[in-house]
Amino acid sequence: MRHKSVSYAKYGYIFLVPFVAAFLFFSLYPIIYTLVISMSDLKGVGTASFSILANPFQNFINIAKNELFQKSLATTGIIWILNFIPQMALALLLTAWFTNERLRVRGQGAFKVLLYMPNIITSGTIAVLFYSLFSYPIGPVNSLVTMLGLTDRPYEFLRDASVARGLIAFIQFWMWYGNTMIVLIAGVLGISPAIFDAAAIDGANSLKTFLYVTLPSLRQIMLYTLITSLIGGLQMFDIPKLFTNGGPDNATQTASVYIFNQAFTGSYQYNRAAAASMLMFVITAIFSGALFYLMRDKDAQKAKKQRKLLEKAAALNGGAQA
Amino acid sequence: MTKMSPTKVVIYVVCILLAVLSIMPFWIMFVNSTRSTVEIQGGISLLPSSHFMSNLSILLNKGFNPMVGFVNSFAIAAGATLCGVYFSSLTAYALVAYHFKARQAFFTFIMCVLMIPAQVSAIGFYQFMYQLHWVNSIWPLILPSIAAPAMVFFMRQYLLSTLSIEMVEAARIDGSGEFATFNRIILPLMAPAIATQAIFAFVGSWNSLFTPMILLTSKDRYTMPIMVNLLRGDIYRTEFGSIYLGLAMTSLPLFVVYFLLSRYIIAGVALGGVKE
Repeated sequence: MRHKSVSYAKYGYIFLVPFVAAFLFFSLYPIIYTLVISMSDLKGVGTASFSILANPFQNFINIAKNELFQKSLATTGIIWILNFIPQMALALLLTAWFTNERLRVRGQGAFKVLLYMPNIITSGTIAVLFYSLFSYPIGPVNSLVTMLGLTDRPYEFLRDASVARGLIAFIQFWMWYGNTMIVLIAGVLGISPAIFDAAAIDGANSLKTFLYVTLPSLRQIMLYTLITSLIGGLQMFDIPKLFTNGGPDNATQTASVYIFNQAFTGSYQYNRAAAASMLMFVITAIFSGALFYLMRDKDAQKAKKQRKLLEKAAALNGGAQA
Repeated sequence: MTKMSPTKVVIYVVCILLAVLSIMPFWIMFVNSTRSTVEIQGGISLLPSSHFMSNLSILLNKGFNPMVGFVNSFAIAAGATLCGVYFSSLTAYALVAYHFKARQAFFTFIMCVLMIPAQVSAIGFYQFMYQLHWVNSIWPLILPSIAAPAMVFFMRQYLLSTLSIEMVEAARIDGSGEFATFNRIILPLMAPAIATQAIFAFVGSWNSLFTPMILLTSKDRYTMPIMVNLLRGDIYRTEFGSIYLGLAMTSLPLFVVYFLLSRYIIAGVALGGVKE
């Protein structure tokens, strides 16, 4: 018995309505609105009316020339690099240890739970906690360094630009290396065991296996981590805002803190902040595009490899027949 | 006990040091929340003292009301989580179960908007909400999660591996409407994926600072992360014990959730990385 064929396709569209509506209302429209504001004269608390500037790109020109904004981009980059390199290095080292069949490190479950823990705690709380721990002249860290005899008087950590930057990078590193480690371990567990068996049969030691088998197989996941971390790092806000509030001397004012401070403090320069957001949007889009390209490249490369193999096999077959 | 190789000794020492590094700041926070200003000025201690109650009364007397922050954060996080998991499931179901023309295009679109951070639209978002008189309302912090591209992506992957279209067809023969089929059959089927995503959505919303800080200016609307900022201010200048107690209060719910659900959270993190 056959039912009269009914098309259910329309339900596909109907079920997408809430997502599309929420996206248009809360994402797309605000982005377009931000773009319009970035070309306008909108500033001042409580103002909502504005007009487009004679030169719509004036805010962009101003912001691109603005030393504080340039500094905030550089700060974001420096803090991100200082956090990402040790984060990836430590995560890789721990991954090598935890996935080594011969070492059989025990208590991995507990270590994972503890090393990941800082990631789940509100970063605002962590920022103010570290602010208190490093407080001057009296604070736990100052007590510790004087107790250990490292200095004879308390040090004002958060007044020192490079120390403050380094500490923010450290907090970011401390919050995220556990996450990266878990992702990398999952990646290693996803590699076919046959490859490791083959390496073992070939007599490769642990180091060689990790360098020549594990690492190349993790390339994709490491790239994914790199770019998502880059996009996340570009939005770095909570720690620099609540730990040092951008100081000392704007040394820890990241791009997001700059945007916030321009728009919601001082003279409420919404238009400038909007122009800075749009530049950030472009940078994010470039990184996302790179991620897409690299991820799609994987399939394309695979197909290419397969085709080559087939051609080779065909050639060999042809050779055998000839 | 068999002798341990030197490599393994190094590994355990490093891992234990890292674990201590994870715990220590929080340990000092909890311990200091029970110590007086004088004790804290005297140096570090790893053992609690007896000034919890006096710290608490100082904390509460200076305008820090953790109950307000807790209730606001909870309302927003619960609302955003419910909206997020329900509508992401619905969107994912539409993408998997129905064959319509724009399906592939829509999926590509979701992948494109996956990475857009809240910061880039914040100014327009704030101005828009200001005009709607939605500043200091919790709705602009809840409703946007109806469109959560990353969650849709995850739910779609889950449905692709678990949904059999025969089930849907059987429900149709029984006379079930499409929407009822989704609510009664598909949602229960997705329970494991919903649970994982719910944890991350809840924690993510609870911890978020940027958008709430822009929208919530009235003190009785503050969420926990915004309240934390009060502890950094001048009002608690030398009341160190109270500052640590306030910090402990803002993070305690998260420690409870984490230690109850750590297994699922770790598994969820692992899943996140291998999703592509």
